[in-house]
Amino acid sequence: MSQEVLNLIIDKVKSIAGPDAIIDSKLNFDIPYVVLDSSSWTTDLANMLKQDDALQFDFLCFVSGVDYKEHMEVVYQLHSLNKDQYIMLKIKTSRENPSVISVASVWGTADWHEREAYDLLGIDFVGHPNLTRILLEDDWEGHPLRKDYNIDKETLGLD
Amino acid sequence: MSIRTEEMILNVGPQHPSTHGVFRIAIKIDGEIIQEATPVIGYLHRGTEKLVEDLSYTQVVPYTDRLDYLNAMTNNVAWVHTVEKLMGVEVPDRAEYIRIICMELNRVASHLVWWGTFLLDIGALSPFIYAFRDREIILDLFTKICGQRLTYSYMSIGGVRFDAPTGWLEEVEEAVKVLRENIAEYDTLVTGNEIFQYRTKGVGVITKEQAIDWGLSGPVARASGVDFDIRRDDKYSIYDRFQFDVPVRQAGDVWAKYEVRLEEMRQSLRIVEQACRQIKDAGPDIQGKVPRIIKPPAGELYRRVEGSKGELGVHLISDGTAKPYRVKLRRPSFVNCQILPEILKGESIANLIAIFGGLDVVLGEVDA
Repeated sequence: MSQEVLNLIIDKVKSIAGPDAIIDSKLNFDIPYVVLDSSSWTTDLANMLKQDDALQFDFLCFVSGVDYKEHMEVVYQLHSLNKDQYIMLKIKTSRENPSVISVASVWGTADWHEREAYDLLGIDFVGHPNLTRILLEDDWEGHPLRKDYNIDKETLGLD
Repeated sequence: MSIRTEEMILNVGPQHPSTHGVFRIAIKIDGEIIQEATPVIGYLHRGTEKLVEDLSYTQVVPYTDRLDYLNAMTNNVAWVHTVEKLMGVEVPDRAEYIRIICMELNRVASHLVWWGTFLLDIGALSPFIYAFRDREIILDLFTKICGQRLTYSYMSIGGVRFDAPTGWLEEVEEAVKVLRENIAEYDTLVTGNEIFQYRTKGVGVITKEQAIDWGLSGPVARASGVDFDIRRDDKYSIYDRFQFDVPVRQAGDVWAKYEVRLEEMRQSLRIVEQACRQIKDAGPDIQGKVPRIIKPPAGELYRRVEGSKGELGVHLISDGTAKPYRVKLRRPSFVNCQILPEILKGESIANLIAIFGGLDVVLGEVDA
């Protein structure tokens, strides 16, 4: 069943974002797993995932960012309450200027999650209504979850 | 004659008694009506997600205790369960049953703290004493099985750390009986109280659409008509072996949340009772086969469990070494908190505490 969902997602994504949009797709622990480039990730695509009759991904579990040293990825786990199906969507972006569109207008819950990813990884969510730090202080330097973040206590003034 | 009113900014917290932790909400009020509310969080941020990147998989367990410190058993399971799935570790039946008993008792304990403190916040002082009296029964049981009252670190990857001591299961069965009677007492003490109903009915209504849009989960979502419980609908552990109902209400107000949580306590006791019966047929093993140094294969996985506050998930990325590459903790309190600006707008300031209390937020989990 998951394989059918995956095929469906691939078809629908390609019809909106073009045939080359998908970098990688597979079943990961029986859950569809799709990697896109940040240039093909648009609010139209997000809206389609949410509103399409066969997909109906109305529940966004979480948004998170990952620093892979060479590039960065933003992770979305989506769940359809009606259809009982899942997808893990990953958006690949550059490490120097990590930038991904904001989906806070599509799923309300993305708001704080995106702020958290911005705060801890420095990912810019374009179109976010209020992209400010959420967990750390406003004048904090750097983004701790980046792999090159300096964790020397003395320079952080913690020792 | 018209009365001139002025907009005023009011800071609630970070040390307000009703926030049960450091949480600030800046509100703009016009007269007594809230115009705008801005939650400010992060006072308790410890950087758990960063810290665990430098720990072995086993060492992460105590850090999960400190997320939602009222629900540490379930936090432990959320972590070890994700690692087990990624490694393909089998957990023996007895360990699974003990886990279920501990998680469900912990849910009752967590809801009891909510019940007591929520009523305290809106002005009823004595229920707090009842709730903590009953919670103590559960904490005593936990002390006997793992030596801790709050930060258990009881789950290990592949099982549980210690077997239940002799007579413990009988004590649990006895405790279930006592708790069930005491929870029935709560209805006569509080539920029928007219003043309490006036304070909660129709207050802070969250619609089903809002609940889904804002990613709400757990009792908060179920009180708004979202019929979803991870224990039933996205099975983990051995929840498919138990009979239990998932209470759902349509109203979405604080009263509905109260009803859902009270019923959830009864259902949890039902599960504990069945687990105590079924465990007698399970083998003696409490620890599955795991290597001495835990190195899950490279890969990633998102798994979630039903915590007392909602969907508690772990997104784990392993690069094949002995330390996790990246861990994202999906904390239900963090997500549930986010809806506050939307539901507070237009409410009277007197309802602020009732609405915030109704969400049942634990700050250790909001800030992680």
